[in-house]
Amino acid sequence: MVDIRLASEVPPFHIVADSTEPKHLVTPGSLITKETGFMRGHGTYMQDDCLYSSVAGVVERVNQLISVRPLKSRYHGEIGDVVIGRVTEVSQKRWKLDTNARLDSVLLLQSVNLPGGELRRRSAEDELAMRQYLKEGDLVSAEVQNIFNDGALSLHTRSMKYGKLSQGCLIKVSPSLIRRQKTHFHNLPCGASIIMGNNGFVWICPTLLDDGAGGFVQNLETVPHADRQAISRLRNCVTALAHCKMMIYDTSIMHAYDASVNAGLEIKDLLLPDKIKEIALMVRKQFEMEKE
Amino acid sequence: MAEILLSEAEKAYIHHGVQDDLRCDGRTRLDYRPIILETGLVSNASGSARLRLANSDILVGVKVELASPLPDKPKEGRLEFFVDCSANATPEFEGRGGEDLANEICRFLQRSYASGDTINLSELSVLTGQQCWVLYVDILILECGGNLYDAVSLAVKSALYATQIPSIKVATMDGDQPELELSDDPYDTKRLNTENIPCVVTLMKIGNHYLVDPTPEEECCSSSGIVVAVSGNKKITAVRKIGSGSLHPDSLVSMLKTGSEVGAVVNTILMKKLLEEETLEVSQKVGFMR
Repeated sequence: MVDIRLASEVPPFHIVADSTEPKHLVTPGSLITKETGFMRGHGTYMQDDCLYSSVAGVVERVNQLISVRPLKSRYHGEIGDVVIGRVTEVSQKRWKLDTNARLDSVLLLQSVNLPGGELRRRSAEDELAMRQYLKEGDLVSAEVQNIFNDGALSLHTRSMKYGKLSQGCLIKVSPSLIRRQKTHFHNLPCGASIIMGNNGFVWICPTLLDDGAGGFVQNLETVPHADRQAISRLRNCVTALAHCKMMIYDTSIMHAYDASVNAGLEIKDLLLPDKIKEIALMVRKQFEMEKE
Repeated sequence: MAEILLSEAEKAYIHHGVQDDLRCDGRTRLDYRPIILETGLVSNASGSARLRLANSDILVGVKVELASPLPDKPKEGRLEFFVDCSANATPEFEGRGGEDLANEICRFLQRSYASGDTINLSELSVLTGQQCWVLYVDILILECGGNLYDAVSLAVKSALYATQIPSIKVATMDGDQPELELSDDPYDTKRLNTENIPCVVTLMKIGNHYLVDPTPEEECCSSSGIVVAVSGNKKITAVRKIGSGSLHPDSLVSMLKTGSEVGAVVNTILMKKLLEEETLEVSQKVGFMR
C-alpha cells in the first residue's frame, strides 16, 4: 500500500547508454576546441577565439559546423515531424497548441480535415463551429507542415491517421529521447497502440481500429480491463526508460514490456526505483544479445 | 492545486479506471506512489528532512529557540509552522501565487497539531511561566507533483523525529533572574516523542469511489475530497474538505474511516523507516546531488 525508502537505498541511475563509443559530452562553459576556422552552431559561443559550449549535451560536428545538442531542452521542430499537442486557445481561424516548444504551435483551420472528408473552402460557419471540433484541453496528433519566421510551428492533420485523440494516457518525456523513425504510430502486440511524438509527448491508447471517421469522433466507452492493464504497464515502462535516459522507440518499449512480464513484476511495482533500474538493465542486455 | 488541462476522453479514461480499481499507473485506489525520505540534510537546523513523493519534493527544517510561553499556557512550549511555496515548484506559484496554498497548508497543520493527543508540549517547557522551547518548523515546497498535504505532513513528522533539543539546566536563581545553562556537549540532547504526530491522508472523490494519493491529472478530474490528519493511534485530529463539489454524508463517513486506516498504516511504516535510518552511519548521507 505504501512504500517508503531511505534515500541511501535508492540505486543511482547511471545513464544506461547504448553500447556505442562514448560521445564528446560537454557542460555549460566547457571548452570545445581552440582551433579557429569552425562555424559555430546552436549551443555554442565564442570567447577569445575559443569555442565554448553553452548547454549540457553532445558535441555534433558536420564538416565545419560545430553545435551542441542538449540532453534536455524544449522541442525544436523540423518539417515532417509527428507531434502531439494540447489545445490551449481557440482563436480566429486557428487553434494554438502546446507542444513543449518555445512557442505555442499553430493549427490553422484550413489545415484540418472536415469530418466526413469534404474538400471545400472554409466558410464563416466553419469558423464559428471551430470549438465543436477542438476545444481547450483536447489532444491532437499532427504533422509539422511549416515553420513561421518566429520559430512557431504550423501543423496540419490532413491525413486519416492524424486527428483528435480519444481515450488513453499521455506521458511527457524529453524530446531528445525520441528517435526519428519511419513511422511513429505503432500497434503493439500487447493490445495497445502508441504514438511517439517527436516533441516528447508519448500517447498510449487502446488499439486503434482503422475507421474512416476522419479522426474527430471520440469513443467514450469503457476500455476493457486487459487493455487497461497493457496501457498501464506500457506507461510505466516508458517512464522507466525515460528516467534512465534511454532512447524511446517501439523496439525498446517492447523489450521493456516483455522484460517486465517475464520478471513477473506487477504493474505498480514498475514505479519503484530499483525495479526501474532492473528493467533498464534488462533492456540494455537484450540489445547487446541482439547485436551478437 | 496545479491546474492541468485534460480532454473529455482522458477524463473519461481516468473515471473508468478508478471504477475498475486500476489507475493510469497500475495502482489500486488505496496505493501510494513510492516515497523517498532522508533526514539530517540541513546542518544548521536542529532537525531537517527531505521527502520526495513521485514529483513532489518537500524540504523541512526545524529550529529550536528559547522564548516566553503563552500567558494562558505557562507550562507548555509551542510549535510555529511556516510554509513557503517556492516559485520553482510550478508556474502558478510565481510571485504571490503560492501564498494562498501556503497559508492553507499552514493553518491545517496548526489545527492538526492543536489536539493534546499529538505532541506533549509540556516536554518543551524549561521554566514554568518564564522560558520554554519554541520549535519553528519551516517547510519549503521545491516541486509540486500533486498530493502536497500528505508529503508535507510526512516530511514534518520526519523532521520532528530527527530534531535534537539541547538539554538545559536551570542554574542558581539570582534573585528574580534564573540562569539557564546550556550543556557543553553538542550531543547532549533530548528528542521528542513523535509516535502520535499526525500523518495527513488526502482522499479525492472521483465518481462513486475515492482514492488516495492523487496525481495532478486525477486531482483535475475530481470535484471534491477531504484531507484527514490521523495520529498514530488511529485518531483523527483534523478534517478539511477541499474542492468545490459536494459530498454525501455516507461517503464522508466511509472516507473518514478509510482515511484513518490508511493513515495508521503510513504512520507505522514511516516510524519503522525513521528508526532504520538512525542505525545508518553518517557517511551514507545522499543529500541533493541525486
